[in-house]
Amino acid sequence: MSSPKLPLFRRRRPRADDAFFRVATGAVAAVVILLAAAIAFELLRNSKLSIAKFGLKFWTGTIWDPVSGEFGAYPFLWGTLYSSILALLVAGPIAIGIAVFISELAPHWMRRPLAFLTELLAAIPSIVYGLWGVFVLVPLIRRLEVGMPESIRKLPIFSGPPVGVGMLAAVMILSIMVIPFSSAVAREVLRAVPGSQREAAYALGATRFEAIRAVLFHGRTGVIGALLLGLGRALGETMAVTMVIGNNPKASLSLFAPQHTMAAVLANEFTEAADDLYLNALVEIGLVLFVVTLIVNALSRLLIWSLESGSRVKPRAAEPVPATGSEAA
Amino acid sequence: MNRGARRRAISAVFSAACAASVLLALLPLALILFYLLQKGIGALEWSFLFHNPKPVGEPGGGFANAIVGTLVLLGLAAVFAVPVGVIAGLYVAEYRGTRFANWVRFAADALNGVPSIVVGIFAYSVAVMPVRRFSALAGGFALGVMMIPIIARTTEELLRLVPESLRDGALALGATRAKAAWSVVLPAALPGILTGILVALARIAGETAPLLFTAFGNRFFSTRLDQPIAALTVQIYTYAVSPYEDWHRQAWAGAFLLVVVVFVLSVIARLATRRLERMHG
Repeated sequence: MSSPKLPLFRRRRPRADDAFFRVATGAVAAVVILLAAAIAFELLRNSKLSIAKFGLKFWTGTIWDPVSGEFGAYPFLWGTLYSSILALLVAGPIAIGIAVFISELAPHWMRRPLAFLTELLAAIPSIVYGLWGVFVLVPLIRRLEVGMPESIRKLPIFSGPPVGVGMLAAVMILSIMVIPFSSAVAREVLRAVPGSQREAAYALGATRFEAIRAVLFHGRTGVIGALLLGLGRALGETMAVTMVIGNNPKASLSLFAPQHTMAAVLANEFTEAADDLYLNALVEIGLVLFVVTLIVNALSRLLIWSLESGSRVKPRAAEPVPATGSEAA
Repeated sequence: MNRGARRRAISAVFSAACAASVLLALLPLALILFYLLQKGIGALEWSFLFHNPKPVGEPGGGFANAIVGTLVLLGLAAVFAVPVGVIAGLYVAEYRGTRFANWVRFAADALNGVPSIVVGIFAYSVAVMPVRRFSALAGGFALGVMMIPIIARTTEELLRLVPESLRDGALALGATRAKAAWSVVLPAALPGILTGILVALARIAGETAPLLFTAFGNRFFSTRLDQPIAALTVQIYTYAVSPYEDWHRQAWAGAFLLVVVVFVLSVIARLATRRLERMHG
């Protein structure tokens, strides 16, 4: 009983208290892990039938005819990969350009507002992109298709009926949607590159371009990570794509052809799946989508971390939550 | 042209290209906002806000059922996600660096990257299939699953902003670690956590895909949790792909309303976080 009133907090078996706190909060935190595991488990459980019946042929089959029980998911796989990769090719350079402009070139007073505006793109819901796509973009593309000379229309990548909906519309919408994510992460990466890199380049007499090239080269793993993060977004994008791609399960190189994607077929047909095999086939598509995006995202995070932990900037969430302001531009 | 001039020219072209890419991204933003304003405001009338949908094909009616439905779904999602998300974030921040905390963070990041349509399938198989009925609960659950990782991660980030000296002070006064975390660190970060919840709400308010086969949508006004319920996003979708002119008009109004809500939530959250960052340095 040396000083009975001193501790503001009553000290009652601190170790037991701490242990309880740790276990109790840890148990709740475990829910996060359980959820991730449960998603994988449920997807596997509900795609058993289709995996057992079709095996790998499911992914090479080109005919999707639920009525006759024929399920070949190749057109969806193709559509998802083709649209996402094309979108990345369009959005990647633009996203890097934006990141470079905002963090290296723009006058200081412009940086915050520009970062904010580009991130607004990420805040617009997918369904709104889809609505805009259906009523504004698709008519524009239809006009473009109709106006295109016959000689060009003969090329395989421009063949198909001039209906407006199709791969091109999907790629354009996806590109717009992916840009803010990739550029936000690329901006973080550029910030993580030590200033000495730039100073060294300038000291050697480099032009601006040469200095920035050196910075980008130094941060190349992170930049690739930023692009992969965009790819992960594009692979899983559903509403905007399903509204403009035409939902036609037929793989084609043509940008003008109506096609289909894995996410889009889920959105369209899931509630119509009358029998178990049909439902299992759809869930299997979801399972593969899940696994592919998981791998792409993990890879992207790994690349970004490996760069950032090497520099003095503390590693942070690779997730560019739009408009949180968690990044002090 | 000598070598120096060429290098400077290349550099200038590069700078111009970077500036052009900013414009290239802002152009669609401007276009989308322009069309939302042009087509959305005109259709945003009294009946849109306060009437329920008319029978199929009949002009008139509104989105009252969907507005209320979205509020119900967001409330359910928050009930599912806020406790789990905040406590998981607290755990990761408090026991940073331990193996289990890393696993939790890894799982949260993984969940964050799961396509929303896949979350929909998951919610369908655990909350719809067993009872053989689409319901508001299933929809809220799907949105909650998407919300948990967002809240966990923002909570963790914001707890990190709380100065070490606060925790040290509490420990020095004889508090246990639990007490310090629970009654000193967490309250200090509370305003930030609340804004984090706003951000999460803003993000899931615009989700459509996870609701398609959980909440399903409903043409009638309903607030029952065990029945299908309308949602703003799902109704915009069904109206947008319908053949009716009047429904297209209403879809634009719905989109306008949705974007306004999402932007307002995001801007409030952004301003609040900025203030917090300034406060805690």
